[in-house]
Order: sequence, then structure tokens, then C-alpha cells
Amino acid sequence: MLAMLIRRLIQSIVVMLVVAFIAFSLFQFVGDPINNMVGQEASAQERAELRERLGLNDPIPIQFMRFVGNAAQGNFGISYRMARPVSAVIAERLPATLELAMISAFFALSMGIGLGVYTALKRSGVLSNFIMTVSLIGVSLPTFLIGILLIYIFAVELRWLPSFGRGQVVRISDWWTTGLLTPSGRASLILPAITLGLFQLTLIMRLVRAEMLEVLRTDYIKFARARGLAQRSIHFHHALKNTLLPVITITGLQLGTIIAFAIITETVFQWPGVGLLFINAIRFVDVPMMSAYLVLIALVFVVINLIVDVLYFVVDPRLRATKH
Amino acid sequence: MNDVLLSVRDLVVEFPKRDKVLTALDHINLEVRRGEILGMVGESGAGKSLTGAAIIGLLEPPGRIAHGEIVLDGQRIDNLPYGQMRRIRGRKIGMVFQDPLTSLNPILTIAEQLIETIRTHLPMNEKQARERAVELLEEVGIPAARRRLDDYPHHFSGGMRQRVVIALALAGEPDLIIADEPTTALDVSVQAQIIDVLKRLCRDRGASVILVTHDMGVIAEAADRVAVLYAGRVAEIGPVRQVVKDPSHPYTVGLMGSIPSVVHDIDRLTQIPGSMPRLDNIPQGCAFNPRCSQVHDRCYRDRPNLIAVESKPDNQVACWLFDERASS
Ligand SMILES: Nc1ncnc2c1ncn2[C@@H]1O[C@H](COP(=O)(O)OP(=O)(O)O)[C@@H](O)[C@H]1O
Ligand SMILES: [Mg+2]
Repeated sequence: MLAMLIRRLIQSIVVMLVVAFIAFSLFQFVGDPINNMVGQEASAQERAELRERLGLNDPIPIQFMRFVGNAAQGNFGISYRMARPVSAVIAERLPATLELAMISAFFALSMGIGLGVYTALKRSGVLSNFIMTVSLIGVSLPTFLIGILLIYIFAVELRWLPSFGRGQVVRISDWWTTGLLTPSGRASLILPAITLGLFQLTLIMRLVRAEMLEVLRTDYIKFARARGLAQRSIHFHHALKNTLLPVITITGLQLGTIIAFAIITETVFQWPGVGLLFINAIRFVDVPMMSAYLVLIALVFVVINLIVDVLYFVVDPRLRATKH
Repeated sequence: MNDVLLSVRDLVVEFPKRDKVLTALDHINLEVRRGEILGMVGESGAGKSLTGAAIIGLLEPPGRIAHGEIVLDGQRIDNLPYGQMRRIRGRKIGMVFQDPLTSLNPILTIAEQLIETIRTHLPMNEKQARERAVELLEEVGIPAARRRLDDYPHHFSGGMRQRVVIALALAGEPDLIIADEPTTALDVSVQAQIIDVLKRLCRDRGASVILVTHDMGVIAEAADRVAVLYAGRVAEIGPVRQVVKDPSHPYTVGLMGSIPSVVHDIDRLTQIPGSMPRLDNIPQGCAFNPRCSQVHDRCYRDRPNLIAVESKPDNQVACWLFDERASS
């Protein structure tokens, strides 16, 4: 267990370093940082001084080490565009993205597992076939189209839900604002959460269904039936538990992509999260902001991966160290 | 008390396919008496597993019972609704599958699986069921049973797992156990032990067994009577001594003749020329007619039913050679 954890940890660090290098390279290749900091009228000498002061004349490895050291402390420099520390801006925006991601992950997981199990158990039912067909459409429609469709139906035509923004938010601590406590905040969450979660929902549903059908064919399920166990227990205790085991891994990764893909949803719904921040950073070539976002997303993936590994370990008795 | 526990009458099992209907079991007739072990032999695909699945009501769709009836303890069970049949499974009929490595749920402990099964059928609380589980494991010969109770299946060897499977099959104290090739997947060294355990426990409880096996040695040693299946039909059924030592049906004769005491495996027999027909290609009349050395006109025309063999009480054979009316 410990050995595995350490190995995974080392792998994670390697991944983070690679991503950090890419993020660092942005500074080298995308524009000249000095140009972005000083005005057009600065003299050549002023530029050279600034260059020296910022350590831009040091060898690349030294600069990279400095970048990693700063990044590890959450310091990504000053945003070119907003002239404020990047970390502060991100911290401000992060709650909006995390809240959206959590809600849509919850929506995708609960509906995905529920519908997957349902369609597996009622394999040839009319409703099952309907759900499977609709889910096929769900997978093939691009996210932004789904978002626009939902906005058109529920915001423009029916006027039930807001089409953009986060609604009214409440500050519950220095670093967290939530929309969950106000009616307008909750209403604003619904459409973006569905838009963001729909693709994952269909994936999880199809995965759960396929895995469940597989499990229902196994000998131990046949043996459980032959022992006269209750149908409910066979389906939801014996079969579902075995179904969810392999689903955990893939689902975990899906949750990572929810945060990454929030960019599109946040753009469509003008959701004030880090995704929208990133899009704007690209538009204004705000390199520190872009590199910070890259590192952040990589970190999210790595952490989720680690959690999934540990979780898998906890759930599957076969992976645990033998007692004897 | 009637000494017949189970009787299968004219059982037909079909698989509807796109353009035709495959008849996998074709008028199977057999009886299992109380406390006896009925051996069941036949080449792969003869219909042994399907017979077991039909009896316990677990045919997989689209497979279905198209004709006939199955009577257990005087009660017809082939047409029971799901809820009633469920209470017969495990409680009246237990089942042991071939592969102990896949028969147990990998993520539940032995205790969880045993206790759930016991409590499904017997009025016990958790604690009583746990005690009962320990007793069962001891009975099937698991050393340090109490300590092993909370282990997972992967902590046990193949032979030990099959013992656990037998304990599970017996947990509801059934009157009939269907053991479908219970030792085929096991190491040769533990096969005899597993058969011993099965035999001993069923004798102690007065339970009957349908023992499906490829191993004629096991049949000769463990079974009281034996049924020989061929292409979804019963070719011969009778006491082991007669069927093994003095077979009547030409197929059984070939089967037994081709098995010198060292080669037990039916699938490797070569003395009968040809092979068993596929389901979509079963000849008219007697299904064995293309391979039979004593075939005559009638065998191509009419299908023989099980008839008693004169001079051999209790033996029945589906072969025209033994039709007295024709020969007298
Ligand atoms: N789902 C199915 N569809 C079509 N044929 C089947 C199906 N299951 C079993 N059969 C056929 O039924 C026959 C008997 O199978 P089985 O009872 O498993 O044989 P065995 O005697 O080896 O246990 C075989 O010919 C097999 O091909
Ligand atoms: Mg079989």
C-alpha cells in the first residue's frame, strides 16, 4: 500500500514538472514579457535593467527552477492585464468553477449510475431503449450547442431560468463565495451544471450499463440466483458493487475533465469562473495567467488520480494486503 | 412416503433462433430418488447443464421449457411464478457450479455470502446464522473455519473454494443438489476429496444429488444410478452396476468400452466413429443412428423412447434393439 502510494506520488510529481515546464515555456515563446510590462516609450537601457532585475538573463534551467519554486508557493507573478497577483485573481474565481463542477459531477454521477443500472436491468424495455437513443444524441452534440439549446428553451422561451452569470452570491469566508444559498444563485447553477454534466452523464451511464450487463452474466451472479437470494440483493448488492469497481477509475478521470471542460460552459453562460478567466487571458496574451491555469488543471487531474487510486484500493479487497 | 424426489417428464427445452427453433432437450425423462446420487454423463453439448438449469428454473432467455413437467416432492415447479420459484432455489434445490474460482462473489467475504444465504431460507438472526456458517465450513472441511469466516474468496485455494461453494449450496438445507461438473476445474489431487465431501454431506442429510461429470471413475465410485445423455435425449438410465459394467444401448457400450480404467475423460473417447450431431442437424429417428454399429431400418424412421430392458430390472434404454414387440 505504502509502496504503491509513494510510486504514484513520484509519478504525479513528474507529471507536474512536465506541465510546469510547458507553462514555463509559454513565457519564452509567447511574446516578450518585458514588452508587456513596460510601455512603448521605455528606453533600451531601461529594458535591459528590468531584464536583469527579473532574472531573465539567467540560464534557462535556473529560471525554470525559480519558476517551479514560486509556483509551488502559489506565486505565478502579476497578471499583465489586471496588474494584480495571478494567484489572488484565480482564488477569487475558483469557487465559482468548483461549485459548478461539483454540482454537475453530482448530477452526472447520480443520474449516470441510476440510468445505467436501470437500462441494464430492463434491457429490452421501451423506456430503456428510449434512454439509450437519447443518450446517443447527448454524446454526439457538442457542449456549446447543448448550452445554447438549453438557454433558448429555458431562458428565452420559457423564461424559467437565467441565461448567464452566477446570480446573487454570498461570501461565507475570506476565500469562498457561494451561489448555493440564494434562490437566484441556485437557479443560475441549473443550466450550466446540466450543460457541463450531460456528456459525462451519458458516458458514465453507458459504462455502468455495459459493466452491469457483464457482471450479471458472471458465475457468481448465477450462483447467487441459484441460492434463491432476493432479486434486490442480487442486483443492488452483489452486482452493483462489482459494477462500480471498474467504473470508479474512469469516472474519476471524467470528473477531472469536467473542471477542464468548464471553459466552454463558462463561456456560453458567462460564468465568472477560472475557465472564463483563461479564455480572456488567451485573448489578451496574459501569459502568467495562462501558465497558472495550466498548472492548476494539471494539479486537479493529478490529485483526482491519486484519490481514485487510493479509493480503488480501499474498495477492492483483492488489492489490499492479504491478512495471512 | 414416496421414494421419488424429483421427476422430469418429457422435458423439452428450445432456443428460438431467427429462422428456426433449436430443440436442445428433446423429451428428457428421468427420476431422482430420495437420498440417491444420480450420475449424469454424456459428451459436451449433450444437454447435461441445460437439464440442471431447467430443473432449478434458471434457463437463460431465450431458452425456454416448451413442453413437459418437472415435479419436486409432489409439487410441479416448472411453471411457478418467480417469487415462489425463488424460495425453492437454495431451500429445496441447491446448485454447485463447475468453476469455484468464479462462483464466489470476489468482493464479499465468505461470511457475508453464507450468512445472507442462510438467512434467506432459515429463520435465524445474524448471530445464529454466523454460528451456522462456522458449522457449515467445518462440515465441508475448512480448517480453522471460525478464523477463515471473514476472509475473501481470493484467500482460498481452488479446492477450498469449492468446499465453500458446497457449504453455500447446502446452506438452505436443500433436498436436492445439482452438481454440474464440480471437479472438472480442479487439480486432480483434490478432485476425490471434493467428491467425498459432497457425498458424505448429502448422505448425512439424506439429500439427493444429480452429479454431472465427465469422469466415469467418479460415477462408478459415487453414483447409485446413472443417466446417459446423447444429443438432448436420455439414451439409457439405470443402476450404475448395470450401465457401467453391462451397458445396453450401443452408445453406452461404446462409451464404456472406450474407457480403459486410466482414461476417464469422455470427451477424449475415440472408439465410436463420428461425433455427436449439432442441434440443427439431428437425424430423424434415433439421434445415434449415423454412428451406430447395429443400426437398422426402423432407427432411421422412428424415434425410440425409453423402455424397460427385460432381464435388467430398473434399467431403461432408448433403443429399438430392446423393443420386445418387434423382436417377438
Ligand atoms: N443460449 C443457447 N443458444 C443456443 N443453444 C444453446 C444455448 N445454450 C446451450 N445451447 C445448446 O444446448 C446444448 C446443450 O448444452 P449443455 O447443456 O450446456 O451441454 P453439456 O452437456 O455439455 O452441459 C448444446 O448443444 C448447446 O450448444
Ligand atoms: Mg455443461
